[in-house]
Amino acid sequence: MSRRAAFKFILFVAGDTENSALALGNLSAFCRTHLPNRHEIEVVDVIRQPKRAMKDGIFMTPTLVKAGPSPVRRIIGTLSEPHILLQVLGLGDLAA
Amino acid sequence: MSSARTRRAGVQIKAPTGIIGFDEITGGGLPRGRTTLLAGGPGSGKTIFALQFLVHGARYCKEPGIFVAFEETPKRIVTNFETFGWKLAALQKQKLFFLDAHPTPDLIQSGTFDLSGMLAAMGAKIKEMGTRRIVFDAMDIVLTLLPDQAAKRREIYRLHEWLLARDLTGVITAKAGGDQESSLDQQPFGFMQFMVDCAVILNHSVVQGVSQRNLRVQKYRGSSFDEHESPFLIGKNGFEVAGARTLGHSHTQVIHERVSSGVERLDTMLGGGYYRGASVLITGFPGTAKTTLSGAFAEAACLRGEPTMFVSFDSDFSEVIRNLASVGILLDRFVKSGLLRIVSVRTITGNAETYLLRIKTFAKEHVARCVAIDPVSTMSSSASEVVAHSVVERLIDWSKSEGITMLCTSLVDEMASRTVGMSSLQISTLADTWIHLNYLAQAGERNRGLSIIKSRGTAHSNQVRELILSDAGVTLADIYTAGGEVLMGTLRWEKESAERAANEVAEVAGKLKHVRLDAEEAELEMKVKALQTELVAKQTEKELLTRTSESRERELSRGRTRLRELRGADADLSRRKRVS
Repeated sequence: MSRRAAFKFILFVAGDTENSALALGNLSAFCRTHLPNRHEIEVVDVIRQPKRAMKDGIFMTPTLVKAGPSPVRRIIGTLSEPHILLQVLGLGDLAA
Repeated sequence: MSSARTRRAGVQIKAPTGIIGFDEITGGGLPRGRTTLLAGGPGSGKTIFALQFLVHGARYCKEPGIFVAFEETPKRIVTNFETFGWKLAALQKQKLFFLDAHPTPDLIQSGTFDLSGMLAAMGAKIKEMGTRRIVFDAMDIVLTLLPDQAAKRREIYRLHEWLLARDLTGVITAKAGGDQESSLDQQPFGFMQFMVDCAVILNHSVVQGVSQRNLRVQKYRGSSFDEHESPFLIGKNGFEVAGARTLGHSHTQVIHERVSSGVERLDTMLGGGYYRGASVLITGFPGTAKTTLSGAFAEAACLRGEPTMFVSFDSDFSEVIRNLASVGILLDRFVKSGLLRIVSVRTITGNAETYLLRIKTFAKEHVARCVAIDPVSTMSSSASEVVAHSVVERLIDWSKSEGITMLCTSLVDEMASRTVGMSSLQISTLADTWIHLNYLAQAGERNRGLSIIKSRGTAHSNQVRELILSDAGVTLADIYTAGGEVLMGTLRWEKESAERAANEVAEVAGKLKHVRLDAEEAELEMKVKALQTELVAKQTEKELLTRTSESRERELSRGRTRLRELRGADADLSRRKRVS
């Protein structure tokens, strides 16, 4: 049943830079492929919300925070490698 | 930008670091509103330097700072630097902010990233605090996470632009491997060096088993700076740079006042003593009374009422007092009165730089006007020759700029150099007055000889004198030369007594002759008197004679006349005679 639980992602980006766009694109594509209808993505622009970035300790952008289910994990970068994402999310067997 | 800030920037283009020595090297500190790269190997003191810069700004310059920690957690940093007395905990409330940006070990990376997040987050904090100074500690940690050179460059450039746009005085520290010169040239450090306005390189090396820390300002746009390596220390108050070759200004004042060497005849030989503020070097083999001369100098200074410091590398505090008391130099009383401070450096471990800094600190505390260092050559054993030389050079430079009269002794290794003038530290050229002590072994004795090799600006004796130590103190004796050989010790004494005897004989003979001459003179005078008396007698006699004959003549003629008168006839006879 836990496999069925919805994934909650928070993606911190810095404005509409290339990295931001790439990360958002990669995440969306990944979720469509591996987690259809099981995901929720919140996008936070640190330039608009610097205090939130400070509070959450976001220093490198883009940063993807998997807020749920626990454990909370962080991945930095443009998420250009889906297999890393799969491993981190504990979905390794889906890739096989 | 407020008008106040602009005005200040116009006057003050440098941000003082509060690091002793560094602000002197750079003529005021780091470039204000610009970026400085601080590179060095592990444990070279980058974090201390950077944090001290922030602390100084926060405490004394009204410039709040942010410390971005990429490597260690702020908690650990605060704990580590607690001992420096920087009051980090109090500062952290308002003026100093630590940003924990160290990547957690479980950080997962996929694809490239940038630092916009951090900069955005900090932008808010900077506005809130009014931050003027910022440190990015261990930038290399973040850079290694970036996948390629282009990305690294991009982020460095981003950071640099961000700092410039906010007019922040920034310090970026970065590790450079052990072989610092070569690794510094590697990307991305090479790029960073070109980009920043100031680059400082810290180096920590071990030379002949002695730890040496050096700092070098590699570049500083728009400012002159001391470009040589300057040794530094991490002392109890933080970073201390020992580079005292200050730029542009020198406090050295030429003083004509003389101070006594503590040995009266030596003062005479020097034409009045050492110059105030001069550096005096006394070289000699072991046991040639170098310490004694230093002690005499210190005692003389104390007698004048000047705060004095005696630094001994050889002996303990009490040993110095006891040993010098044996030759009539009583320092105990001045130690008690607080005029004299004896520093036994055996208790300080460390290298030549440490010694120098300690000596300077102690002298400052004591407000010393005269300093004796015995022997300064010890420094050479705790550092490489080049370093030791530079330390002594700076020691002399410092004493001159402070107007402190300094006497250093230097041990000359009897085995290594028999030639006079070989000073292991080669400081003889730096010293104003150089006195050499040596032994003269002769007729089964060793005697101490003293000669002034040079003394700038003073007429000085060219003679070798014998140095005599006794309970009563230190004296110098003339030495005798006989048949081209210098006589000292008993030989000199023999010669002296022989000369005394000869003198006595000559004196007696002289007296005798005088008496004899007196007698002769008297005799002659008597003779003269007798003759004069005789002369007078003769003259009287002659006069008498003349008078008698005249009167007789008169008597005679008168008699004849009377006779004729009495005869009467004779007159006609005469008339008759005339008629016929």
